[in-house]
Amino acid sequence: MKYEEFNDNEYLEQLRASGTNVVVGCLDEVINWGRSNSLWPLTFATSCCGIEFMAVGAARYDFSRFGFEVTRASPRQADFIMVAGTIVHKMAPVLKRLYDQMAEPKYVIAVGGCAVSGGPFRNSYHVVQGVDTILPVDVYIPGCPPRPEALMYGMIQLQRKVKVERFLGGKNRKEKRSKNEKGEEV
Amino acid sequence: MILENIKNKFPEASIEEGALLTITVETGRYRELALYLKNDGGLAFDFLICMTGMDWGDSLGVISLLQSTRHEHKLFLKTFTTNRENPELPTVSDIWETANLNEREVYDFLGIRFINHPDMRRLFLRNDWVGYPLRKDYDANPEVNPVRLYSEETFDVTPSFEATSHGGEVSEKENVLFEEDEYVVNIGPQHPATHGVLRFRVSLEGEIVKKVDVNCGYIHRGIEKMCESLTYPQTLALTDRLDYLAAHQNRHALCMCIEEALGLEVPERVKYIRTIMDELNRLSSHLLFWSTLCMDMGALTAFFYGFRDREKVLDIMEETTGGRLIQNYNVIGGVMADIHPNLIHRVKEFLKYLPPMIKEYHEVFTGNVIAQQRLKGVGILTRENAIAYGASGPTGRAAGWSCDVRKHTPYGVYDKVDFKEIIHTEGDSFSRYIVRVEEIMESLHILEQLVDNIPEGDYAVKTKPLIKLPEGHYFKSVEASRGEFGVYIESRGDKFPYRVKFRSPCLPLVSIVDQLARGNKIADLIAIGGTLDYVVPDLDR
Repeated sequence: MKYEEFNDNEYLEQLRASGTNVVVGCLDEVINWGRSNSLWPLTFATSCCGIEFMAVGAARYDFSRFGFEVTRASPRQADFIMVAGTIVHKMAPVLKRLYDQMAEPKYVIAVGGCAVSGGPFRNSYHVVQGVDTILPVDVYIPGCPPRPEALMYGMIQLQRKVKVERFLGGKNRKEKRSKNEKGEEV
Repeated sequence: MILENIKNKFPEASIEEGALLTITVETGRYRELALYLKNDGGLAFDFLICMTGMDWGDSLGVISLLQSTRHEHKLFLKTFTTNRENPELPTVSDIWETANLNEREVYDFLGIRFINHPDMRRLFLRNDWVGYPLRKDYDANPEVNPVRLYSEETFDVTPSFEATSHGGEVSEKENVLFEEDEYVVNIGPQHPATHGVLRFRVSLEGEIVKKVDVNCGYIHRGIEKMCESLTYPQTLALTDRLDYLAAHQNRHALCMCIEEALGLEVPERVKYIRTIMDELNRLSSHLLFWSTLCMDMGALTAFFYGFRDREKVLDIMEETTGGRLIQNYNVIGGVMADIHPNLIHRVKEFLKYLPPMIKEYHEVFTGNVIAQQRLKGVGILTRENAIAYGASGPTGRAAGWSCDVRKHTPYGVYDKVDFKEIIHTEGDSFSRYIVRVEEIMESLHILEQLVDNIPEGDYAVKTKPLIKLPEGHYFKSVEASRGEFGVYIESRGDKFPYRVKFRSPCLPLVSIVDQLARGNKIADLIAIGGTLDYVVPDLDR
């Protein structure tokens, strides 16, 4: 796939809507170049998508080509979490805790139908209807399970997102956080 | 013969004859009958294949499928209670050890308390879960059980219910899992070496394991309940996602169960295609086993080797089925589409490709001193325990138990091919490892005999758009990558199944972890788990 063809994500354009400072903007770009090319995922998988995630890490697909390099077993060392697989009621607090344990800046990728919306198990009494009900999700990768190419596409989308983020030069446009019935931010 | 014996001894038991005998007995003599079935020399039902908790509307109960490993006969044993408010049944967990976790599952799903069961707590759901989901009157309103974002409390003391004398008062007793001053380490549910979201609580004495308590349910998806509101063709899709490394085999079992109930005969070509796909699936699963076991033990290169070769199997399957991991290929009456013209040619190429690779595997890992020392003589499972706990598949065969469903009750075209059932008798981690590697070679041997002989014909028979199974109960099992995978369907003649139960090969595997790990080092727990090769979504269902 050519790089230009990646430019199909309107959301990323919105993040840049408020312009860039010439001097510190460049500094941001340097920082983000480094950050986006060494995103380390957390070793986390609950079901089928986890096997495809392993396949992406293995010899044929090899995500270390793009800087994902190694998966980390400890959330303290990970930059993003691939929620690969179904999240059920009993697992939800564990996932939330894992996310809370990760150091900022942190990202979430929802992999597969189950993590996106509950997928084929949406009607079950014990399945969470998408991880975005408990975590803020950055990239959604649909599929059941998604092909390794799709996983890679999603992960590279995350890199692009990291690249347009800013620390120094201005602010990214932020969506207001929505609140649930109890008034807690989600 | 069985029939006569039971009739003489238990005249009040009602007996239905069918493909398999079904014996229904009142709770009063349930245990007595169970003991008789197990201990009588002519019956010797020593293997509890699957125990299903049932809600028959007016009564709650369990139906167990028993098998004798000596005489190879099977029967259903059924008991029930009409008390829906406070259902209680006597336990059989001391007769068949595998009933231990199964009865906890029944309690979890239906709220039936088993008297004298040592540890009566929920198996899958949180301990603050409201209601029993597999009851027909279960309230599925999400407000009753919202997603709770606080962890459940873990108890060191669990309840058990005891009846002192026959028909006596039932009293609650405390069962102490871990003493106050024990050193308990929590492993999982998020741990790279538990192969999924399984949680162990391990009591340690220095680095020696004293006790392992398994906590499941972190990927319990409620598939069995979902099946009750799906039509038969719709239920097929969920089986692939149980044990995704045996996707094709699981679906094969469900398809065969439905076909048998319908009296549908599938064309010879279909049998060949299904068998070929089963074996390809087994190859991909065992290759993954090899990779992950080596990785767990620190040999990361092996992981890349295994996955490199596994991709080749996936390519072959993908070309025909369109799916890499989850194939959705079997349908009732056949397969979804005909095989790809390249299949035969590519399988043959692969048959030539893999054997030198296996040789390489042996060179890099099997002969390695570290691997040998960490696997040999560790985690020994005896044949008796394998049967008692129902640990079938490569694990059982490594302990000397001949339990290959492909040999004992052939399905597909396994009766037409020549293959060896790999049996080792040591029962340690190393023999579990070597059985699987040898099974890879055996799978290749089976494929070799099949690819050239696929007969011409239809790839599926036409079925009615609306499939209704005749009233009754049906069971069919296949040899999945990890052991016997069975499907139990109870039908009331509707287009939806009344109850579907999947006999997971992995639940028994997890139940023996405690026994295998006891007295070994904590590091061996990982190797034992790796060689048992359980898949957590399969045991949690």
